[in-house]
Amino acid sequence: MSRAETTRAPFDPAVLFKTVFLAVVAVFVLVPLLATLLGGFKSLGELRVNPFGWPTHWEWQNYADILFSARYWQLLRNSLIISTLTVTLTLIVASMAAFTFAHVRFFGSSMLLSYLTLGLLFPAATAVLPLFIKVRDLGLLDTYFGVALPQVAFSLAMSVLLLRRFFKDIPYELLEAALVDGCSYIKFFRYVTLPLSRPILATVGTITFVNSWNAYLLPLVMLNTDALYPWPLGIMIYQGEYSSEWHLILAFITLTILPTIILFLLAQKHIVAGLTAGAVKG
Amino acid sequence: MARRIAIASAMSVAGETAPRAALRGPRWDGRFTVLILFLPPALLLFTLFVVLPIGEAAWYSAFNWNGFGRPTNWIGLDNYRFVLETRAFWLALRNNGLIIAVSLAIQLPLALTLALMLAERFRGAVVLRMLFFMPYILAEIATGLIFSFVYDGDYGLVASIWRSFGAEPPHLLASTDTAMLAVLIVIVWKYFGFHMMLFIAALQSLDKSLVEAARIDGATRTQALRHVVIPLLYPTIRLSVFFAIIGSLQLFDLVMPLTRGGPADSSNTMVSFLYNNGISRMRVGYGSAIGVILFVICLTFAFTYKRWFMRDE
Repeated sequence: MSRAETTRAPFDPAVLFKTVFLAVVAVFVLVPLLATLLGGFKSLGELRVNPFGWPTHWEWQNYADILFSARYWQLLRNSLIISTLTVTLTLIVASMAAFTFAHVRFFGSSMLLSYLTLGLLFPAATAVLPLFIKVRDLGLLDTYFGVALPQVAFSLAMSVLLLRRFFKDIPYELLEAALVDGCSYIKFFRYVTLPLSRPILATVGTITFVNSWNAYLLPLVMLNTDALYPWPLGIMIYQGEYSSEWHLILAFITLTILPTIILFLLAQKHIVAGLTAGAVKG
Repeated sequence: MARRIAIASAMSVAGETAPRAALRGPRWDGRFTVLILFLPPALLLFTLFVVLPIGEAAWYSAFNWNGFGRPTNWIGLDNYRFVLETRAFWLALRNNGLIIAVSLAIQLPLALTLALMLAERFRGAVVLRMLFFMPYILAEIATGLIFSFVYDGDYGLVASIWRSFGAEPPHLLASTDTAMLAVLIVIVWKYFGFHMMLFIAALQSLDKSLVEAARIDGATRTQALRHVVIPLLYPTIRLSVFFAIIGSLQLFDLVMPLTRGGPADSSNTMVSFLYNNGISRMRVGYGSAIGVILFVICLTFAFTYKRWFMRDE
């Protein structure tokens, strides 16, 4: 295919159309992102007359001020704590449940599995008011766990499904042999299943992390103290304070989405696999 | 407990002539331990934070309650009547419909076209795929803020383009006529890459010999595409539509930084309507009624869709 393209006549309309089309879409995607990055380097006055181009004078101060502020790091720290809690708990709880569903046949197993799958069908927002009251009654309001536990609960459905499918593919003979040798189910889970399942654990972990890192509604409802806010809440407040000082807001946005982009570039395989996983075979 | 069972199963292995019988038999051979240790945490969390709140929403929706003390002021189905009598509710429903329409009419064909172009191997294909997918992983809050800059009437990109033509820049997000349109453009920007990736994954697992066979039989590229490739993609198309609709019913984070559902409720989605009218004012009964309506819509849709379109999957 590619060889055919290079030897083709230079004015093939199909190739031309394809190139132009891809270029237009690429510009559509890139321009807002680049304008955000570069806007953070401009002064407010320059932003007004020149929002598209390179900065004539690079204002490193905008970025430096944010990077040296305690506020930025506190937001990232809070987000990191909440996301890490969510990912750790999801992986532990979901892999245990998935192991049971994959290897233990018991009465009501498929019913319980479809019960968990119900979680895929409606958004967390539908019951967020009763959820708020429940978290309040449990005394978890305004704590990291008050955000993390509901997030774990909502990510369970997808995680259990993905993990179970993978666990089922581990040869049954392996389990049988281990059991005959006196290994318990729990030891098998710990020393065989989990080590063999690193790719899927990474995938599930990455999706859960991205979702939790980006979450807005649950922290918004569950947290009241500024000191506990994760970055999506913090950036909304920042925007409220600096309402039209766009150069500072753009720098702040750039710095807060930077971790996501770095993670994406490092773990793109897992992210793409995970986020499109439901599709390949539901 | 675990050790006792491990010992028991070890003993049964040592003592019995047919060790496999111990595995299959209805004995306490470790499976029971797994069952009572491994399953409850997931079931408990899920029941406590996902299922119970839905049930409670149905219960609370029958009260006029601000969330403090116990609900006592029973008003039956009045909350539902109030919701259905609110103009903003129908606007939000219409907007969700609009989002679905744009997803089907613009986003899906765009994603499919790009997938067909980028599923082939050529220099830059992988880079473009990643670039187009990137908006999807950015936080919706950040995306909304970026675009509130893009649309800003004084400093934004759109304003600058307008000014270069000598026109007075519009405040797109501040007008009831254009706010929803502006939100729709952001939705396409953010989500087309996800749908594109779905199609690329499907195209790559496609049986290429079918296309080749069609080509050998004299089908043109377009014919092969229309009569072989697209039909093979139907399951993925149905899935993509499913995600687009469920996604529209969940949309919230993106709307908040852009418009907060305004002006005059013109760009509310169901969830932002729920937030603005139920959650932010702690009207628990009223908000729960909206939640229950949304829940019923989601579930009805999911089951109907599964029954009608995804029977074979």
